[in-house]
Amino acid sequence: AVASWVLNRRCVEAAVMTGLALNCTINKKSLFDRKHYFYADLPAGYQITQQRVPIAVNGSLSYSLCKDNKMSQMVTKTVRIKQIQLEQDSGKSLHDDARSQTLIDLNRAGVGLMEVVMEPDMCCGEEAAAAVRELQLILQTLGSSQAIMAEGQLRVDANISVHHPGEPYGVRTEVKNINSIRFLAKAVDYEIHRQIKELENGGTVLNETRAFDSKLGCTVPMRDKEGKQDYRFMPEPNLPPLILYDAKSLPANVNHQQVVNIDWIHERLPDLPSVKRAKLVELYGILPEHSFTLMNEDGLMDFFEDVVKQTQMKPKKVIGWILNDLLSHLKQHSLTAKESPISSFFLADLLNLLENGDISSSAAKQVFEELWKGEGKTPLEIVKEKQLELIQDQEELEQICQAVIDEREKEVMAIKGGNQKVINKLIGLVRKATRGRANPLLVKQILEKKLSE
Amino acid sequence: CQRCLALIRSTQFLNAYITVAEDSALKQAEESEKRYRRGQPLGELDGIPIAVKDNFNTAGIETTCASNMLKGYISPYNATVVQKLLDRGAVLLGKTNLDEFAMGSGSTDGVFGPVRNPWSYSRQYKEKFVPRSDSEPENSNWVITGGSSGGSAAAVSAFTCFAALGSDTGGSTRNPAAHCGVVGLKPTYGLISRHGLIPLVNSMDVPGILTRCVDDAAVVLGSLAGHDPKDSTTVQDIFQPFALPSLTDVSKLSIGIPKEYHVPGLSSEILAVWSKAADLFKNAGAKVVEVSLPHTHYSIVCYHVLCTAEVASNMARFDGLEYGHRSDMNKSTESMYAATRREGFNDVVRGRILSGNYFLLKQNYEDYFVKAQKVRRLIANDFVKVFGSGIDILLTPTTLSDAVPYMEFIKEDNRTRSTQDDILTQAANMAGLPAVNVPTALSRRGLPIGLQFIGRSFQEKQLLTVAKWFEKQVQFPVIQLEEVKKHDSSVLQHQKSASFS
Repeated sequence: AVASWVLNRRCVEAAVMTGLALNCTINKKSLFDRKHYFYADLPAGYQITQQRVPIAVNGSLSYSLCKDNKMSQMVTKTVRIKQIQLEQDSGKSLHDDARSQTLIDLNRAGVGLMEVVMEPDMCCGEEAAAAVRELQLILQTLGSSQAIMAEGQLRVDANISVHHPGEPYGVRTEVKNINSIRFLAKAVDYEIHRQIKELENGGTVLNETRAFDSKLGCTVPMRDKEGKQDYRFMPEPNLPPLILYDAKSLPANVNHQQVVNIDWIHERLPDLPSVKRAKLVELYGILPEHSFTLMNEDGLMDFFEDVVKQTQMKPKKVIGWILNDLLSHLKQHSLTAKESPISSFFLADLLNLLENGDISSSAAKQVFEELWKGEGKTPLEIVKEKQLELIQDQEELEQICQAVIDEREKEVMAIKGGNQKVINKLIGLVRKATRGRANPLLVKQILEKKLSE
Repeated sequence: CQRCLALIRSTQFLNAYITVAEDSALKQAEESEKRYRRGQPLGELDGIPIAVKDNFNTAGIETTCASNMLKGYISPYNATVVQKLLDRGAVLLGKTNLDEFAMGSGSTDGVFGPVRNPWSYSRQYKEKFVPRSDSEPENSNWVITGGSSGGSAAAVSAFTCFAALGSDTGGSTRNPAAHCGVVGLKPTYGLISRHGLIPLVNSMDVPGILTRCVDDAAVVLGSLAGHDPKDSTTVQDIFQPFALPSLTDVSKLSIGIPKEYHVPGLSSEILAVWSKAADLFKNAGAKVVEVSLPHTHYSIVCYHVLCTAEVASNMARFDGLEYGHRSDMNKSTESMYAATRREGFNDVVRGRILSGNYFLLKQNYEDYFVKAQKVRRLIANDFVKVFGSGIDILLTPTTLSDAVPYMEFIKEDNRTRSTQDDILTQAANMAGLPAVNVPTALSRRGLPIGLQFIGRSFQEKQLLTVAKWFEKQVQFPVIQLEEVKKHDSSVLQHQKSASFS
């Protein structure tokens, strides 16, 4: 019947790290308050939170979007961070409508939470999704949280309102029960649309809480929250103010374990996603939009770097294979890079064969498909099996080229007549004849030589 | 231990105990005896029977707070202070009665009924008692213990245990100590862990210690004080237990007499005892100075706002869902809450919850809660100034009068009574200062009168040293109870060090 709360040090450190990563001012003194309301999943009848003075304020989060779905046109946007506050989690309510009862799981009640409050600087579902995705990456990089939405490690409540340009912000609704970034975008866009329609039909938008129904793709009013509540905030008497120190204010002779030093944490912050992306671009000579995709897809960056380490092919060329061939296959089968049936080792092997001129790029694509089957055969084994090696014998190539020239009088005439483009047809025919085993450049060379004779 | 248990049984009419843990107590006593035989006692408290107010969590023993809300509730853990006592071999006899959820100044408003002051049955009281009319039956003359730790005070006073834990939020340990003629210590806020003490006002509650003499209080304090990682409001400093020196020379002492404590309702008797005590110090060479604590008369109003606000908050957890009483009403969660809380709490508790919620409403918060906190700061500063000007200890009365008869007490409601009775003790809670009631003399009616010493923050040693000197000077008489005589005449021989030998 009694709970006297003790502050968890790790929560404080996580909040400070996150605040620093989001360019916030860290409040060296922050306070705890009780927020009172009755609900079955709130065993104390109040939640401890930081309503008066939170641990961090006034930050910003930069994120990028592709304009018009073109990867090459990335725009950088910023959303202001109002504050970060520490608070307690409630229990979990599981509504059993069939039996008109609610089951309460109290296991997570009291566990520390970090709430990040953003200002309404975003204008659509895409922006919201991109911002949250970036936040997710930051949290994962810092180690503050795994931030997996499906597992409730990152919970997102969206507040949406509409207004005509130049007019003040409209009435907002809060949308809860959003379980993925994809659903976040959907929920936001649906709600914007709903509010506009409502207003255009002469109705009003209610300041209410709605739930996102992922099956129907729409928001519905939530039963439980009725009217405005007075939470009767009161300072939490059992938790003294949280005092954080920096190098300047750190008292002498203090036990390092007893205090949290903001500067110490700042020095040890890992590279944030934006920094990591810039480094990728610099190190590997890839494009910024490439770095986005690499970091956005779980495990893809590590895969890419592993391949680069094991191959002579330039990263600029490797990236194409990762982002086009590998990623499209992964997406088609809903796999992450870690679950790829082609290991980075094999892919590197394959790219080496290509780079060495042992096979053509079209042959490489064929080998890729074979490797995808995951039967354990090495790229070399597949090449041998399917006889995909490039013909190295110059004489053999010349013979084949000559054979094609002999067959295609019409085309030869056209080329000799000045239509250079037709040579591609001949190249294609040679390739067909060699079943992709001819180096197209070499073929072109040979044909041109022969035709000029 | 057996003697104490027997005495508890024969003094059951006092209604001091809610639960008597006979079996476990006997087992603990047995274990203790074994240790003594081996020559390995755990310390001074090993084998000493104690009682604990029923708002401290005790593992395996019911904790009710004298409320329907927690009837049948058995805590899975011991409050830190209880654990500390048990770790030192103390024998837990049982849980003592109180006002429901420690709200009250008479120990009359719990669901198990009122506690009777053992002095009602003392020879001293009976000799002096003048019935108001012949038709009054003898049984109805009994006087209250004061509250809210009345059960603990009565338990110690009636010799059923050697020490008891109470709690003190507005005077709840000192008030019944004064009425029952025992020593009641309120330690500095933050010195003793509140973990496991069901909270009334988190920013003012402290565990209180009730004993028959000041030395005993120091011993118990020594075993309880110190930082508890489970209670973030305990101070980090290492506490050194101390033995009290026997003061002979008080000439270096400066005693302050706060003039505002000469309140309107103060009985002339108490005033006289207070004066005499001041003279006692003066004649012994101490400097006795009148001082002023100008904001004293705001403390009750301030206390009401802050206390009810915290009560409203702390009582929110009693919703019938996880533990304790749950109403049969099950139409909806809200209706179940409402019914549970109506059934589980008495009027006093509900009244305070409603008031507290009112003060915490957004539109009222600044005017009431914040204002009260500011006034609280002023009250605390009064003490800082006085102690800063060279005063070592303050001497004040503890109560307005000696214990009133129950029939008279209940004529006024709980709130009125609390308002009146807390006035002399409350400010020490506001300021977080240590204070102790020392039984001083008997009133005309043969009932105890106590005086209060208030000390500087964390200066319990100085406070208790002075208290001990004063105790020696006044030689407060031992209660003469039939029941005690019957059981063990030798108990009376151990009057002064009726303690841990």
